[in-house]
Amino acid sequence: MTAKKTTKTKTSAHKPASTQSSSSVGSSTKNSKHSAELWISMLKEMIFYRRFEERVLAAYTQQKFSGFCHLHIGQEGLCVGLQRALDAKDYMISGYRSHTQAIAKGIAPLAVFSELFGKASGCSGGKGGSMHMFSKDKRFYGGHGIVGGQAPIAVGMGWKIRYSKEQHVVVCYLGDAAMNQGQVFEAMNMAAVWQLPVLFVIENNLYGMGTHIGRTTTIGATQQYKRALAFDMDHSQVNGQDVLTVYDHMSKTIKRVRKGVPHLVEALTYRYKGHSVSDPSLYRSKEEVNSYKDDHDPIKTLAKRLQNDGITDEDSIRAWDKEIKAELKSIEAQADKAAPPDKALAYHHVYSQ
Amino acid sequence: MPTMTFREALLDAMHIEMQRDPHVFLMGEEVAEYDGAYKVSKGLYKQFGSMRVVDTPISEAGFAGVGVGAAMAGLRPIIEMMTWNFGIQGFDQIINHAAKMRYMSGGQFDMPLVFRGPNGAAHMLSSQHSQYVEAMLVNIAGLKVVCPSNPADGKGLLASSIRDNNCVIFLESEMMYSHTGDVPKGEYLVPLAKGVIRQQGQDVTLVSWGKALWKVMGYLSDIEKQLGISVEVIDPRTLQPLDIELIANSVRKTHRLVVVEEGWGFASVGSEIAAHITQLCFDDLDAPPFRVSSSFVPMPYAENLEHEVMPQKEDVLGAIKHISYL
Ligand SMILES: Cc1ncc(C[n+]2csc(CCOP(=O)(O)OP(=O)(O)O)c2C)c(N)n1
Ligand SMILES: [Mg+2]
Repeated sequence: MTAKKTTKTKTSAHKPASTQSSSSVGSSTKNSKHSAELWISMLKEMIFYRRFEERVLAAYTQQKFSGFCHLHIGQEGLCVGLQRALDAKDYMISGYRSHTQAIAKGIAPLAVFSELFGKASGCSGGKGGSMHMFSKDKRFYGGHGIVGGQAPIAVGMGWKIRYSKEQHVVVCYLGDAAMNQGQVFEAMNMAAVWQLPVLFVIENNLYGMGTHIGRTTTIGATQQYKRALAFDMDHSQVNGQDVLTVYDHMSKTIKRVRKGVPHLVEALTYRYKGHSVSDPSLYRSKEEVNSYKDDHDPIKTLAKRLQNDGITDEDSIRAWDKEIKAELKSIEAQADKAAPPDKALAYHHVYSQ
Repeated sequence: MPTMTFREALLDAMHIEMQRDPHVFLMGEEVAEYDGAYKVSKGLYKQFGSMRVVDTPISEAGFAGVGVGAAMAGLRPIIEMMTWNFGIQGFDQIINHAAKMRYMSGGQFDMPLVFRGPNGAAHMLSSQHSQYVEAMLVNIAGLKVVCPSNPADGKGLLASSIRDNNCVIFLESEMMYSHTGDVPKGEYLVPLAKGVIRQQGQDVTLVSWGKALWKVMGYLSDIEKQLGISVEVIDPRTLQPLDIELIANSVRKTHRLVVVEEGWGFASVGSEIAAHITQLCFDDLDAPPFRVSSSFVPMPYAENLEHEVMPQKEDVLGAIKHISYL
């Protein structure tokens, strides 16, 4: 098979956020083609995810559930910006840090919270937990616990799309450290050879558990997009902390992916909390964490911009935040009250009946 | 004898063996600068440096093979799998390469290689993080499979595994790392392939290992009190090769066998023991051997479901009652 000619688009190659002197500035809202409503809804959505994960953390700390729990706090910009560039019928698959990606893809927050609490009404029937959110209906093909395991599965979905001549794309979220898994490379190679509509998204938060990505790769901690060079695959980099930039970049990129041009995009981002709830983060300095919180926070960045441009003000943002917190409180209470799965369900779903 | 946690006992074994033999090194995810995901390698990096305590990328298939190559070339690698769920990524190297190398080279290559890490369910980790690999790996000729149930055995068996010239699969448990016990000081070896009688008894032989055995030990007084049955408990410690004679001798005395394992029962270590005992002790048995294991489903997440499918005290007591015709 002859490969289609591909263009290499390396757009908005932001320097690693830690080396930026001032706070990150993306495109201004002025002379943008988007409406104020869109920006405000993005802001609210990011606040919702931040508060959602904070509530999850509090519930975990109160021992309302157990197991591994990986939070997405700090990485909301990519989640929201990318989701807005997708159609409802597009496919998505991810790793274990995916509570909010699942919600973005359309799973009800209550179903995610109930899953965390191991309830029958959870989006995986209480069988998956924090790492395994699923919704066939919403085309969220999971929360996966084996690092990199989702990559070839994404390619399988890409194959189905081509096979059935659909117009959809597959989004495959991967961590930076997942790029060291052999099967991720096998997956990218097949996607490239067969020209499948797969968007591989590296959420480069700089760490795989306690290891800085710079210690396990020679290509530069913030140059993970270069992995695509091995396959002559389309690739790009985007500042994941700037939701508007993410949205515009993904909209453009996905147009090409939809035509059957696989693409690897590296989003530079940062996680504020430990790898999982039990990780004390001793491998990085407080200053490093604070520099991201203070200067590169996706919510603060957008909020500041909207205020500067007179689109909203602090009081409105505070009011939304309050509403969101109240909503989440009620969601958690409902999840708390929901029934655990009947014991008999332990024996269902092993084989098709 | 000093009291140590399981993790300290394992660390002690690695520490002593690394001091003793410069060919021994440790490699795995987060083993060096992070001191191990479960802190089993705490302090080793500081003492031995980056050639002997090596952080890897998340590349299990790759570094399992690095272990094989280093062993073939003359080193004695200890490869830590952060958990055996991820070790499955390395199964090709373990099964197709490490296990076969000596045989298919006509005996030219030793394989002094240990793969170690936590095995089995912890708590509410769902299907992909709760695998039991012992049944899969005892089926592979060329591998030894070891599963300690207490800190002292952890130390002694790990030291023996490191000194063994074969590929040893060493199965630990996340839930047991903080268990404490008396552990002999200094060099300490527990032989591989040798089981041990944990409690003498008359009426029923109960075989178990690893975390399941530790749980069973906690049920013994209730078994005695509630059922009035005296149980002989055997910990094989090494599952491949299996000390079947020790079990058979016990069954010849008690005439009854229960095997308790936390993993799944189909084609398992328990079924192997039951098959052997049926053959070796057919005329001695007063009841068919009975196996207790997890229900044949992937591990669910919800606490009540996890409890439902894993063997509990009632299941063990029920099994003993059943084969005793009580
Ligand atoms: C194959 C495999 N090896 C190891 C692990 C344990 N583990 C879980 S997450 C993780 C780090 C992954 O980092 P990255 O891919 O950067 O994603 P992030 O957690 O930063 O989102 C590790 C080592 C695993 N789940 N699967
Ligand atoms: Mg990462």
